[in-house]
Amino acid sequence: MAELRLDWNKVDQARTAAAEIALDTEETLSGFTTVTVERSIARLFGVDSVDEHDVPFSNRLIEVLQEKDLLGHGAAYYIGRAAVGQDLEPQEFAELVACGELDPARLKPVDRFELKLWIDEAAARSMARIRLNRLQREERLEHYGEHGGPLLYVIVATGNIYEDIVQAQAAVKQGADIIAVIRSTGQSLLDYVPYGATTEGFGGTLATQENFRLMRAALDEAGAEVGRYIRLCNYCSGLCMPEIAVMGALERLDVMLNDALYGILFRDINMQRTLIDQSFSRMINGAAGIIINTGEDNYLTTSDAFEEAHTVLASQFINEQFAKRAGMPEELMGLGHAFEMDPALPNSFVYELAQAQMARQIFPHAPLKYMPPTKFKCGNIFQSQVQDTLFNMVSVLSKQNIHLLGMITEAIHTPFMSDRALALENARYVARSMSALSDEVEIKEGGLMEQRADVVLDKAVQLLQNIQTEGMFQTLAEGKFAGIRRDPDGGKGLDGVIYQEEGYYNPFIELCLDEEAEILAAFMEKRKEAGNE
Amino acid sequence: MNKTEDVSEMRVQADLTRLKPYGDTMNDGKVQVSFTLPVADDERGQEAAREIVLAMGLSNPIITWHQALEDNFTFYVAYGSLEYSINYNDIHVETVDVEVMTMAETNDFIRRHFGRKIRVIGASTGTDAHTVGIDAIMNMKGYAGHYGLERYSMIEAKNLGSQVKNEDFIRAALDFDADALLVSQTVTQKNIHIQNLTELVELLEAEGLRERFILIIGGPRINHELAKELGADAGFGPNKYADDVASFICKELWERKEAGL
Ligand code: B12
Repeated sequence: MAELRLDWNKVDQARTAAAEIALDTEETLSGFTTVTVERSIARLFGVDSVDEHDVPFSNRLIEVLQEKDLLGHGAAYYIGRAAVGQDLEPQEFAELVACGELDPARLKPVDRFELKLWIDEAAARSMARIRLNRLQREERLEHYGEHGGPLLYVIVATGNIYEDIVQAQAAVKQGADIIAVIRSTGQSLLDYVPYGATTEGFGGTLATQENFRLMRAALDEAGAEVGRYIRLCNYCSGLCMPEIAVMGALERLDVMLNDALYGILFRDINMQRTLIDQSFSRMINGAAGIIINTGEDNYLTTSDAFEEAHTVLASQFINEQFAKRAGMPEELMGLGHAFEMDPALPNSFVYELAQAQMARQIFPHAPLKYMPPTKFKCGNIFQSQVQDTLFNMVSVLSKQNIHLLGMITEAIHTPFMSDRALALENARYVARSMSALSDEVEIKEGGLMEQRADVVLDKAVQLLQNIQTEGMFQTLAEGKFAGIRRDPDGGKGLDGVIYQEEGYYNPFIELCLDEEAEILAAFMEKRKEAGNE
Repeated sequence: MNKTEDVSEMRVQADLTRLKPYGDTMNDGKVQVSFTLPVADDERGQEAAREIVLAMGLSNPIITWHQALEDNFTFYVAYGSLEYSINYNDIHVETVDVEVMTMAETNDFIRRHFGRKIRVIGASTGTDAHTVGIDAIMNMKGYAGHYGLERYSMIEAKNLGSQVKNEDFIRAALDFDADALLVSQTVTQKNIHIQNLTELVELLEAEGLRERFILIIGGPRINHELAKELGADAGFGPNKYADDVASFICKELWERKEAGL
């Protein structure tokens, strides 16, 4: 579509404010780590599986370190000492600590230089596995090619991974490009990651590494049948963001929900905890070449989509800057937005189109994630199909990348196989019949669409500048996002925030940043090629 | 006799003692259904679908659409005529039977009859994280043009938000000295809402507190009938707002006062 004439000065102002906000927040939180960051490090070194009570060994190890007040040195330090001084594999070490046979405070002293060498080499070996997965993905994408239109994203949520596989494989044959396995209620508040294949869940299926592996294999199989690479998506959000990111990296997930604020706002997770966790989890996602999806769409389920549209844009800017600080290339930032205006509002379609197009232009390299109507869905499935069709049109016209399909039964249950098939049929019809329309139309200068974009951008700049003055914590405390107030010292998981001692070391940070820099360089090459065409 | 009367006399009246669905002719019993069968999309599958529709009690089934969802899953759309009928006159439903007052009328009613503010506490309980429903009823700005209870000058409203445990909810209600409890439930998969509401009622009864409060439940799958079954005083579903709830509370409190409770 011809472009909206946006006030680029305002866009710059918004970006500058957001960058300051992200910097300020991270500076406040630098010098801290969390239990789940340390558990992810343990996992990256190969600590896996669970004890006789189904508690993961990564939890057992980190708990002991925390109890003994040792965690401030970082898990890598102790894992390394056990390896160098006592010749223990990380898994053996974790098991010995868990059963009380080994006191991590009494490990044999080791040479500092040798220790660092071991840690760095072991970390590099672990990263090599993640890189291998990324290269495999790239190879497959190269081999199969891509269809160019929005990637059609559907969810499976039966609670049983084996049933999910049946539903997912059917969806692939019906044209889905991305399969997201929705998580069970309550998982985001678990301070550990469940283990093994699972067959029970409410409103979704537990995210476990084994479930990831099973679904990955099933999608590769179905993808081979239809000759497309099928992307797998799951959720990082919750109390275990970086650990789930590690599992995703190890099992070649392609897309992961990862929002800097969702856990704070919608699950009342402590903000310090989430903000630290999101940073490391994004590094892992980025290094694995995984596209993150941010959760701005959720704001509009509690606040009005017309009145509060600017909070979505403001949050996109903030999420962009947090991701940037974590080293992520824009090509991996699936910033979220949604089609959630009240159908009773005159011209709601026009406003939605204006906003979607605005997001497209402001974040030109980001694979935007566009969410379907949910809030104003009701039991009238026939009307629901019409709402989804309008949404599909906006998505195609404004060239969104990740197109999350609406379901006719949104207000009733998690999708049936037939709901998904009808949704895919609808989206493909719209994409097919309107593929060239976007390039055929122009936007009226100074018309309703440009006016709308201008108002939203204006309010977003104001909000961001306010946050910059007041700070992120104060803003969340005042309920500026989604109308939800959160106390900086309230919420779940604050006791898992740990002060770093001098000499604290997380070897994966630099490795991830290096990996991300390499990925970025490749994207820059592609941008140049696209620019030359 | 003019023409319009003529037509109305010709109109076939519904036989309410033998009620059936209506397509375009009285008592034609026309019904549309759609479903998926775990079989291949072929003639045998279509016949299976036809027999399934027959087994539902629909005569003259026509499979108007069939479409493969997967090698061994097929989606069907079907029409048929319902053989069964029911007696409409035998149907009784529990409904909330109060005249709905405006906010001003409610405030006025409370002032005149009770001479004090009424105290209402609400939450989305159990593992449920959906708050939009309870907020719609309680928060200042309300929903769909109906102000919420916080706006009522004669109501003291306290909204505890989501994922509140039943025990915590009851304790908070006692601390707040509430007159009425408002509970919202949205997630209904595997009947988790029934379990949770039953537990709340049992807890209240065990502590001898059930009569102490007016208990009102709500949510997209809640109606008055279900609420009564579960042991609550009233239930409200979609398209019910603060005015409906406030009017019910007023009437109930007044009746209890009259009865000397
Ligand atoms: C918004 C929303 C969310 C938001 C909630 C934000 C928030 N703070 O509330 C977010 C994104 C966080 C969310 C999360 C999830 N959701 Co949700 N969500 C919805 C959605 C789109 C709208 C619900 C809504 O707000 N309706 C508007 C309100 C005003 O309507 P209402 O609740 O019916 O309220 C009215 C009446 O019922 C009544 N009322 C309601 N409560 C009360 C109480 C009293 C006392 C009274 C008198 C009246 C009353 O008054 C209101 C006004 O008329 C629905 C789909 C849909 N369109 O219905 C899915 C839906 C409810 N969600 C669903 C699911 C499964 C989930 C998740 C489990 C998904 C997951 N696996 O992560 C999680 C929940 C996690 C958890 N622990 O609960 C399913 C539920 C399926 C089922 N039948 O069990 C639905 C139907 C979507 C779907 N098809 O899958 N969700």
